[in-house]
Amino acid sequence: MDAIIEVIDVVKGFEATPVLKGVSIALEKGETLVVMGGSGSGKTVLLRLIAGLLRPDAGQIRVFGQNIEELSEEELLPIRRRLGYVFQSAALFDSLTIHDNVAYPLREHTRLGEEEIRRRVVHFLSLVGLNEGVLEQLPAELSGGMRKRVGIARALIGEPEVMLYDEPTAGLDPTNSKTVAELIVQMGEGVCDSSIVVTHDLELTKTVADRVALLIDGRFAATGTVDTVLATRDDAVQAFLAGKAKP
Amino acid sequence: MQAVLTRSVLWYGGVALLAGRVLRNLALPPSYFRLILQEIEALGVRSLGVALTAAIFTGMVFALQSAVNMARFGAENYVGPISALAILRELGPVLTAILVGGKVASGITAELGSMKVTEQIDALRVLGVNYIKRLIVPRLLAAVIVFPLLTVLADVVGVLGGMLMMVIERGADMYTYWNTLTYWVLPRDFLTGIIKSAFFGIVVTLIGCYNGLSTEGGTEGLGRATTATVVQVTMGVIVSDFFLTKLLLIIFW
Repeated sequence: MDAIIEVIDVVKGFEATPVLKGVSIALEKGETLVVMGGSGSGKTVLLRLIAGLLRPDAGQIRVFGQNIEELSEEELLPIRRRLGYVFQSAALFDSLTIHDNVAYPLREHTRLGEEEIRRRVVHFLSLVGLNEGVLEQLPAELSGGMRKRVGIARALIGEPEVMLYDEPTAGLDPTNSKTVAELIVQMGEGVCDSSIVVTHDLELTKTVADRVALLIDGRFAATGTVDTVLATRDDAVQAFLAGKAKP
Repeated sequence: MQAVLTRSVLWYGGVALLAGRVLRNLALPPSYFRLILQEIEALGVRSLGVALTAAIFTGMVFALQSAVNMARFGAENYVGPISALAILRELGPVLTAILVGGKVASGITAELGSMKVTEQIDALRVLGVNYIKRLIVPRLLAAVIVFPLLTVLADVVGVLGGMLMMVIERGADMYTYWNTLTYWVLPRDFLTGIIKSAFFGIVVTLIGCYNGLSTEGGTEGLGRATTATVVQVTMGVIVSDFFLTKLLLIIFW
């Protein structure tokens, strides 16, 4: 199996606060890797580092075989087009309709006609369980769960090779959480087979993960299958899983 | 003290770096020509009212004050060239830049700042969009076109306002007034003002964009950034006007 994303001894801090203290992990083609950890453990920072939105203080990040930590913003753009990033907040463009939000990557990077763009937008929205009724609505008119699904459709429409999900179920009720979790599994089986999911949600992890990495205090405390991680005897890991981790 | 100094150095450095990135991106595709047109409309057409109202009243009040005071030593004939020189060289470009600049730049800061705090700029980045090219370059190019155009209109309206005041209030002869004015005012007086306004357009837009992109601390931070933009734009125009005037006098006098 080939590693398509490799994080090697990465250190990252903000001012005086160290967040990641030398983490290494790799994502292999075709797998869903879940990075678990409590709030403030550095999960989102790790995802942003992989997407090149942040730069590491030390260490290497290889995406599709290319070291990205020294690349300029302009040089990162073609790599980012091969990634699909779903934000915790969905980060939809609030002045654009749902259609224009999902169509955005196609309008920017392809020369497709409006008719074909609309056809693809409708198709990808249907993949995430939304119908044509939402096309002309603004993001503010949708519920949190629907916004998140539009965010997934926007990330998928560029047909990325790897999906990066940042807390996909945060702020959602149990039903919506379950829908999003099932969606991630479906996407993994069809549209985009490799993904990294960052979450603190154990239920989501059990549903989607091929492999889990548990981030505690800036380091991976346990990695492996869900069962392996759940069975880890380490005190910090058990405290986190039991909901007793220090905040 | 050290914190203030560090913040200032970071701010000036940040604006300079942004200017560098804009320059580097000017040549890169795509051109976003349609966006430049949209920005010209947003920056220019919607600022016409503010710019022209300020210009006409400034022209009128300048002529009025000059006439009353210059009459004391028998120089009322020269009110035309004096007010025209003041408007073309200073008041037109500077007032337009401060008023339109404050309005435009604070709007840019608010828009980009809210995009920043709601992660919409990061969303553009992860979609592989060059956000400097998409968000900053069109605004800057539009400002370089719009500010001189607005200044030309402000100049015309300001000079006409002064003439109108002299004819109505002081009983001046319109033909003589215009003749004296055109005798003393040279094309370079007009052109240096236009050069200044293009420079102000760049300064004002860069400040607005930089403050928007560097907004931190949620909605409260956004409020702070917008207020800072208005103050920094005003100060930026006034201070850079001095140095620009000095430079242009050396080159064109």
